[in-house]
Amino acid sequence: MMSSSINRFLLVFALIFSTVAGAFAQEHPAEGHEGEAKGEKKFNVGEMIFHHINDDRGWEFAHGVTLPLPVILYTADRGVEVFSSSRLNHGEIYNGYKSEHGHVQRVNAAGKPVEGVKVYDFSITKNVASLLLSAIILLVVFTSIAGAYGKNRGKAPSGLQSFLEPIVVFVRDEIAKPNLGPKYAKYLPYLLTLFFFILVNNLLGLLPGGANLTGNIAVTIVLAVITFFVTNLSGNKHYWLHLVKPTGVPVALLPIMIPVEIVGLFMKPLSLMIRLFANITAGHIIILALLSLIFIAGQAGMGTGYGISLIVVPFTLFMNLIELLVAFLQAFIFTLLTSMYIGSAIEDSHEADHGIGYNTPGEEIG
Amino acid sequence: MDMLTPDIGLLAWQLVIFGLLFFILRKFAWGPITASLKEREDNIQGALDLAEKTRGEMAKLKSENEQILAQARNERDVMLRGAKETADKMVADARDRANVEGQRMLEQAREAMQNERQALVSQMKKEVVNLSIEVAEKVLRRELTDKASQEKLVQDLVATSHLN
Repeated sequence: MMSSSINRFLLVFALIFSTVAGAFAQEHPAEGHEGEAKGEKKFNVGEMIFHHINDDRGWEFAHGVTLPLPVILYTADRGVEVFSSSRLNHGEIYNGYKSEHGHVQRVNAAGKPVEGVKVYDFSITKNVASLLLSAIILLVVFTSIAGAYGKNRGKAPSGLQSFLEPIVVFVRDEIAKPNLGPKYAKYLPYLLTLFFFILVNNLLGLLPGGANLTGNIAVTIVLAVITFFVTNLSGNKHYWLHLVKPTGVPVALLPIMIPVEIVGLFMKPLSLMIRLFANITAGHIIILALLSLIFIAGQAGMGTGYGISLIVVPFTLFMNLIELLVAFLQAFIFTLLTSMYIGSAIEDSHEADHGIGYNTPGEEIG
Repeated sequence: MDMLTPDIGLLAWQLVIFGLLFFILRKFAWGPITASLKEREDNIQGALDLAEKTRGEMAKLKSENEQILAQARNERDVMLRGAKETADKMVADARDRANVEGQRMLEQAREAMQNERQALVSQMKKEVVNLSIEVAEKVLRRELTDKASQEKLVQDLVATSHLN
């Protein structure tokens, strides 16, 4: 009893501390921030927030503690070039390259951009590093669990295995089976990978210093496009027929309905892409904006800053917990919608109305 | 690196890493995990089915036993009832026969008594007649010293005497 309350206190303390520590780490924004002289600190909220939301060349764990990451460039004339991101810090020119607002450009000796040279940037940025990290975590965790299944054959699950098994079973029984029907087993690996990939990256993004990977549109666009291809490549006769001849729609409406159906085809992955991106990014922005209040108030005086922090820190803590919920929720929603889209494409009968009731006998449709 | 324009580098990395992750996990994680989950669920389902089946069999066995028991009880009842009926019938028969025998013996006795009586009566009659004749003889011997009175007496006697 005693030790559990102490544990709880320590947990709360650690959470508050990490939030505050995160705030202090965020105190000094952006690379190349000039005029950071003592006493007259100019605090730019927007710059700070976007610095944290967006990708970066190095991984800044705390202010001044930056892990340089490899920059990988491809140009038609020079081929592949690899060098450390620290060489491009603070707008420095290295080997004829300069980073301008995050974009690497070929420049001449004077620092002016060279026209006509397209630089393809495949750098290991902060997001790519986080992506690799999450991939390694997923691989290690799930291959070890798969090993545990082999070792504990015929026995009750234990440890990590029993922690993650309900989630795997949840994805299978609550997401895959109801939406995909008997052919669920074929799509289950994709749904599981999707779910755990989004979940792990959402959670990594919540850690102080973590990358905002699932809040990056390049990541969500890839996931959505994969879902789009999986859906449409497994679409059966009914699915495509439904596209050109929607069930229960009067002929007069077809000229409107067919374009709507076709647009819907692309809208589904688009909505997936934007939903995940916007939810995660918005959560990060809210937390950062709340913490910025402390520093905005701090500019009026130290006392005001500390005073405001008494209100802001609990609220940020609350938002962090909400974000924890959102991390699970968005992974669930993305996977659920993906399985529903695939389900509508592989369905045998014309029940693709998703409960709207086109086929319900005796039902009037106004 | 603006927020809304996807970065080609991250796009490519995401595609490659997610694709690799999918194929590796499918082969080395999801396959074994879902297979063992299915195996375990099948095991549990099998055990439950077996238990259900066994319970059904037990119930069937029990009902069969009860049926046999009920049948045996029935048969016993039938046998008891039969035995009782036989015994009753025997008793009744014996009683009837005894009744009939008694009746017959009574009848015989009555007949014998009747005969006895008849014999006794006729004996008595004979005795009485003899006695009377003796009496009469004596009276007559005394009174019938003369002829006239003898005749008179005879006539009176004849007139008054009723046989029996």
